Amino acid sequence: MKTLYDKLWDDHVVEDLGSGDHLVYIDRHFLHEVTSPQAFDGISKKNLKPWRLAANIATPDHNVPTARGQNFELESIEDEVSKIQIIELDRNCNKFDIPQFDINSEKQGIVHVVGPENGFTLPGMTIVCGDSHTSTHGAFAALSMGIGTSEVEHVLATQCLRIKKLKNFRINLLGCPRDDVTSKDVILYVIRSIGTDGGTGHAIEFSGDYISSLSMESRMTICNMSIEAGAKVGLIAFDKITESYLSDKVQLDKSEYDKALEYWKSLSSDSNAKFDKEIEIDVSKIKPQVSWGTSPEMTSDYDSCVPELDQNSDKYSTYKKAIEYMGLKEREKLSDLTFNKVFVGSCTNSRIEDLRSVASEVKDKRVSESIEEALIVPGSGQVKLQAEKEGLDKIFIEAGFSWRDPGCSMCLGMNEDKLSPGDRCASTSNRNFEGRQGHMGRTHLVSPMMAARIAIHGGIPHE
Amino acid sequence: MSEFKNISGIACILDIDNIDTDQIIPTEYLKSIKKFGFGEFLFDGWRYHDIANINTPTSSRSLNQDFILNQVPFNESKIIITGKNFGCGSSREHAVWALRDFGIETVIAESFGDIFYNNCFKNGVLPIALNQDKLLMVKDHVSNESKLHISLADKNIVIKNEKIAFEVDSGMLDMIITGQDEVDITLSISDKIKSYESNRLKHKPWLN
Repeated sequence: MKTLYDKLWDDHVVEDLGSGDHLVYIDRHFLHEVTSPQAFDGISKKNLKPWRLAANIATPDHNVPTARGQNFELESIEDEVSKIQIIELDRNCNKFDIPQFDINSEKQGIVHVVGPENGFTLPGMTIVCGDSHTSTHGAFAALSMGIGTSEVEHVLATQCLRIKKLKNFRINLLGCPRDDVTSKDVILYVIRSIGTDGGTGHAIEFSGDYISSLSMESRMTICNMSIEAGAKVGLIAFDKITESYLSDKVQLDKSEYDKALEYWKSLSSDSNAKFDKEIEIDVSKIKPQVSWGTSPEMTSDYDSCVPELDQNSDKYSTYKKAIEYMGLKEREKLSDLTFNKVFVGSCTNSRIEDLRSVASEVKDKRVSESIEEALIVPGSGQVKLQAEKEGLDKIFIEAGFSWRDPGCSMCLGMNEDKLSPGDRCASTSNRNFEGRQGHMGRTHLVSPMMAARIAIHGGIPHE
Repeated sequence: MSEFKNISGIACILDIDNIDTDQIIPTEYLKSIKKFGFGEFLFDGWRYHDIANINTPTSSRSLNQDFILNQVPFNESKIIITGKNFGCGSSREHAVWALRDFGIETVIAESFGDIFYNNCFKNGVLPIALNQDKLLMVKDHVSNESKLHISLADKNIVIKNEKIAFEVDSGMLDMIITGQDEVDITLSISDKIKSYESNRLKHKPWLN
């Protein structure tokens, strides 16, 4: 009896190297401009070529400006260092013949949005990328994880990773959520419940009737943030919803597709599979979530308060530092906070479903006067195109949002989209770390629906 | 890659849980396409008052003298002692490069982020995980006496007359001691990879 993770693992072991180490085969390798240059340099110095070219797909996302328009010239990137990194990706892709959706491709976007929507992410695959949010692709019953640059080099050179097997952790999500609770609220609630190290050393499989009811977009949001619960691997079993998502994205002839489908249907945990850890959460009790601190586990219900400091708690110094950084007071009501920035985007929440959710909240309304900047950054060129086809861009612009070109943008502020010191931002991204969105910026992680409501009200709306 | 069997030096305590890799090295420095030269940016947001900018020379920046790594003798620390879940968050290997380039040879914590933990071994930095009791003993010792001695061969931390044992995978420790190149080792069994691949295409022809 095997878990889904066991099945994927067993299927990809090339060699048992002893003392827990295994050589594991990698089917798909996504690359972006930030964590790849040193790896390409490494294989060049060894006179090696990528082991299997077809495994690799690259796109620039972290550094790219998001106000580019059409026929953007790389030369116009003001930040010289960012420019070099994007040019370097171009150069390496040309040199090694790696397919790339470059900055002017209509398919360019955040690598974790681009992969699934183009059928590069398939069930049963092992998928890696030099980016911790590679866990996103686990929504497709694929064993996917973030790796460091040395491992990027190793995968380019050998098509394998030398790794140890993780433990199995199942989180059963049961019941029907409130209308204002999205998959983002559910995963924030999970992180808050088990802590940012709750899944360390484990692959987390998310299951239960709640998961079965979710779209692929919502499932990707859940798996995307498994890393924020410490688990570099998040997984969801293959089912009819996965099949239907893939139907227009996979280009295989009938006999190959049938064979693939037969295999994909085996990609779930056996009914009596053993998990090292297992918990159950009733999602009907979850309220919309808002992070208050500088770690994703520092999250509360939207209608609650900043926690009280307890000198006897082992969290005292960590909480005290977080409350000070965030410019908060103990026991302060979250709904009393005034926001001046809103960011909708990132590999967590920049897909079409997220944008539709924002549009339905802000249609015929205006962004609050307290909000100095409200960005909507679609996850990819295709998401942007779809949103514009549906007229969502007009709704956003009329409401006072800035409608941008695809990229990671203010999730990590590597391009021009940054918070200024003291800014308080409602963000649909995944990390509220100190300085994450800009020096001394204050990030509150929320769902797209809550970000939209905060944009309109200037703060967290009361019931 | 240093070829050391022992680590001896100044240890500093950062008594905070969940120190993420964004704190160890802010995103700004990820714009570099090099693998070295990150030491002066280690814990940049805590070490300097001004905004991180890869083009600003460090000599012109305003140091935060309250931060321990800016104080003598901790500005020469070789060892960091911290709380749980050190190195969580982003997979950026730049975090380990920054620790290494600053001169940090080992980080002692209650636990580590998984990706960071793996990245350490690829760059000659030893992550040591200790349970709460042992960690407390080490912290108590370092509060009085800033130097610490760690024996890699015996896998223990020497405190006065006491030895605190730690566990670390021998194969991974060997990587730190010998500085072996993993790509070369893996390529020495490339026939195994090729045979896996031909079998894979037989069973999963839809994968190219």
